Amino acid sequence: MAAAKKTRNPKGAKVAKVAASAKRKAAAKTPAGKNLKQNVVIRAGAETRRTGAQRIAPDHSPRAKVVAVKAPRTLAAAASTRGDLQRRVEQFLYAQSELLDNKYWQDYINLFAADGVYWMPVTTDQTEWEGSPSIFAEDKLLMQVRMGRITHPNAWSQAPMWATNHLVSNVVIEKETAKEIVVRSRFHMMELRRDNLRHFGGTYRHTLVRKGDSFAIKLQRVDMFNSQATYDYVLQIWV
Amino acid sequence: MQSLSPSQMVEPDRVHRLAYTSQEIFDREVENIFEKIWVYCGHESQVKKPGDYHTLQIGRQPMVMVRGKDIKVRVLYNRCPHRGVELCGNTHGNTGSNFVCSYHAWSFHLDGKIESIPLMKGYDGTRMTRDNPDCSMKAAARVDSYRGFVFASLSPTGPSLLDFLGEAKIAFDDMCDRSPEGEVEVVPTCHRVMQHSNWKFFMENQLDSLHPSVTHQSTGVAAGRIEKQMQAGGTTPPLYYHYLSTFASSFEQWDSVQTINFPRGHGVLKAYMGLRPQDPDTKAYEKLMEKAYGKEKMEEYLSRSIHHVLVYPYLSVQSPLQQLRCLRPLGPNKTLSEIWHFRLKGAPEAIYRRSLWYYNLVNSPATMINADDLENWTKGQWGLESTGSDWVSFHRDFGRDTIENGVTYSNKGTSEAVMRSQFKAWSEYMGGAK
Ligand code: FES
Ligand SMILES: [Fe+2]
Repeated sequence: MAAAKKTRNPKGAKVAKVAASAKRKAAAKTPAGKNLKQNVVIRAGAETRRTGAQRIAPDHSPRAKVVAVKAPRTLAAAASTRGDLQRRVEQFLYAQSELLDNKYWQDYINLFAADGVYWMPVTTDQTEWEGSPSIFAEDKLLMQVRMGRITHPNAWSQAPMWATNHLVSNVVIEKETAKEIVVRSRFHMMELRRDNLRHFGGTYRHTLVRKGDSFAIKLQRVDMFNSQATYDYVLQIWV
Repeated sequence: MQSLSPSQMVEPDRVHRLAYTSQEIFDREVENIFEKIWVYCGHESQVKKPGDYHTLQIGRQPMVMVRGKDIKVRVLYNRCPHRGVELCGNTHGNTGSNFVCSYHAWSFHLDGKIESIPLMKGYDGTRMTRDNPDCSMKAAARVDSYRGFVFASLSPTGPSLLDFLGEAKIAFDDMCDRSPEGEVEVVPTCHRVMQHSNWKFFMENQLDSLHPSVTHQSTGVAAGRIEKQMQAGGTTPPLYYHYLSTFASSFEQWDSVQTINFPRGHGVLKAYMGLRPQDPDTKAYEKLMEKAYGKEKMEEYLSRSIHHVLVYPYLSVQSPLQQLRCLRPLGPNKTLSEIWHFRLKGAPEAIYRRSLWYYNLVNSPATMINADDLENWTKGQWGLESTGSDWVSFHRDFGRDTIENGVTYSNKGTSEAVMRSQFKAWSEYMGGAK
């Protein structure tokens, strides 16, 4: 048990030990199934390297190393400041696709306003991002968690070859006020994983707020046209 | 490859890989297990009004759960007795006051009985008369429900539903007891995800306590980081960060939980994820619970140490968070999973929303958790299709579990008692046990 000795969480280990012996006693006395009194509370994980495969092989990773790179200026600017509003929102949407397809996750998150939300409901009649089942329902902090997962050295399902390709079109400005612009568009995403291709399509509805010369996303709503169909594997990142 | 009988495939501490990969074995599982035992069809609240239906598969049989005019819920074969055509063409809906076949317009009452046939005279003098049962939709041999959860068995004989569930009925008690009204209601969204692996991978994985911190480390760590960042900034992180960060707990923590393994392969993973924070929402909820049941019962209901309950061989119920995952095995390497969520009737909206976060983050098709599980199961299936080695190892803590009255208590959370117990049940079923 050399590994156990190495843990720097002696307090946790002790709790576990006490609980285990109490548990054995309880198991001996109570009938099966009645023995469900709370005795072990699972706490949050400690630091990265003290658990999981990293405890056994700290430097191993099944995948290519992820180096956080900032998107080149041409992309990060995210929108042309020239031209009329139609052209500017189109440029913004194209830039967003480029960030996703080139895996500039942080730059993609940066497109969102501080209170921005990424939302993929299950059905088109859902109107609130909270309070009903969704495929994605993420504020910026949760987006940060998703990025953290996908860039972690031991994100196992990121080991196989994986890439996406987005096309955005049919861009329509639905509403423009001094504060907000609502833009509807259609997307088509191809995803390669191992040797398999998947296709996803649907509607984006961006609620944009003005940010300097460009925009910030207050809400990106994604209605997948096949959202109710059986998913063959899952979506690992934002569509 | 010489063929092995199921009993030769299962040894107390290891199992032959063909149990996961052979088409012949899968066919026998369908026949001996899935088309005999009690299979979960759905919740009564999925079919509220007469004519409401929900389709599902039991083994290889297309079935439909339907609410009759008499308010009774029935489970019928979703096929026309004339020449076999499927009757309900969608996953769910309302069929009106009868079923009508798209081929020659035979129609049936909601209880499956024949209603009318065009030009009925054509059958005069034949044995296909209205009173011939072959003229009506066939019904599942047995249908029963427990606390609103509907099950059907295609076998006229065998244990009752309650005998089949045994101690695993705690899954439904624990879920419903958490409602001040003692009932739950289905959330009408079903996430369906296809697994490219044998159904056993999923069932084993659900109570496999060694894997979370390995498989889900990436998500657990990422969530833990944000959780700490929020705490450092003086905000209380929402409970869902905790749900996620526990996935990266230490091996020791997961080893300190216990599994209880019942006859028929059912089981419970104990452990408690801290669902009773002392925030105003929880307090309001506990007040309602206390009013409904009294202090003592309320304490009993809310402090049960249940992480998952397995109803072998196809259900995984996370009762404290009202989630239910149901498998529909389609082939040795193909398994459909249906994922449902329930509302506690009479509980505050905030309590529903709290468990909804878990449903969305862990069980949606964009899950940050199952993404890595599915990857394991697919790769595991490939590995077991290989002749690299014939045996799957279940040696961890073999011989060190406590067995009492047919129930196996693991003394370590990571004991492979779970898999050993499941395969014991499997070989009993495959040997013809009911
Ligand atoms: S097959 Fe249904 S009416 Fe002929
Ligand atoms: Fe898992």
